[in-house]
Amino acid sequence: MNNAIKDLLFRLADDELVLGHRNSEWTGLGPILEEDIAFSSIAQDQIGHAVANYTLLHESAAADEPLPDAIAFGRNEKQFFSSQFTELPIGDYAFSLIRHFLFDHAEMLRYELLTASSFAPLAALARKIKGELKYHVLHADLWVSKLGQGTEESRARMQTALNEAWPYALGMFEPSDYEAELVTNGIFSGEEGLQESWLEVVAPIIEKAGLTIPQASEPKYGGRHGYHTEHLQPLLDEMTEVYRLDPAAIW
Amino acid sequence: MVSQARDKVFEVLGTVMDPEIPTLSVLDLGMITNVHVSDDGVRVRLLPTFVSCPATSYIRANIKEALTRSGFVNPEVEMESELSWSSDRVTERGRELLQAFGLGAPVQIDGLLDLSTIESVACPHCGSANTEMRSMFGSTLCRSIHYCNDCRQGFERFKPL
Repeated sequence: MNNAIKDLLFRLADDELVLGHRNSEWTGLGPILEEDIAFSSIAQDQIGHAVANYTLLHESAAADEPLPDAIAFGRNEKQFFSSQFTELPIGDYAFSLIRHFLFDHAEMLRYELLTASSFAPLAALARKIKGELKYHVLHADLWVSKLGQGTEESRARMQTALNEAWPYALGMFEPSDYEAELVTNGIFSGEEGLQESWLEVVAPIIEKAGLTIPQASEPKYGGRHGYHTEHLQPLLDEMTEVYRLDPAAIW
Repeated sequence: MVSQARDKVFEVLGTVMDPEIPTLSVLDLGMITNVHVSDDGVRVRLLPTFVSCPATSYIRANIKEALTRSGFVNPEVEMESELSWSSDRVTERGRELLQAFGLGAPVQIDGLLDLSTIESVACPHCGSANTEMRSMFGSTLCRSIHYCNDCRQGFERFKPL
């Protein structure tokens, strides 16, 4: 099986599963009802997208990969290839919102590029997911703009969140060991180009919201190779609790 | 024989409803992409709406069950993965049924989804276009929340996608 495709699918799906789990932590706690519903719906989308990618891994990419549930719940942190950005705790609403904004724009652009992938099943999935992500980015843009230009306090909180999030956001584009192979075979056009297009999209929105991109940030790499912060394993412990008690549980 | 059986399959599919909007069938939602009837049996292709919709597996099981109940032996329901569903696939009848159910209908998007197509919707209660969006996300993945400035009622809308 093609390890390059496998690595690509793990990155996509693990990001979606881990951040989907984090976003679901807002269920019942959102600052207003509509935002509670929004974060819960986005989480539901993300976990569904993760399932779709794990299903691709199982069905068409890697004959040796088990069923989606086993892939999602049967690994420890070293076997997760999500960026560190996705595992950070939800923080305050400003932090979760900024992460949602920075992450979903990258995700949207990534899937747009993947609609042209030579790996046909992923291209078809990307075409499906792209439209759903449109809602995510429009939602994020709306609130970044509102809160960036809200009160002095809301602006300050958004700026603090952006400063914290930025190096981790850059870590989303940590190159893969299979970068050259992915590009040559027309599977994915690469992290570097994606980061450039992402910056072109998010920078003007950040600026218009009256916020400033932090200068000279070192990207937080490691996640794509299984090196994580102290926050991932506790998240996995919680997420896999039922599965570890009874792997065949149905509800 | 085959064409009669085919008509019967469509008749049955018209009775399989969306669990979240029980007046709309899978045909009204544009979820069926192919029906194949031969001496070997019936094969139906089902196109899921939202990727993460939890109703998809129920709908698939319900189609199998309804066809079996109508005398088709071991009907197959395959998931369509090549095509993407769009709300443009909802039929005219489907749009009327949505409104009768109290949900705003999606506008035709022709592949272009932006803030104005997401926001603009006629009130399903009074028909007024003077409405505003309250939230892009609603009680299910396929609904958003709106408010009518004329009849002053909140309502949900089946999202354009």
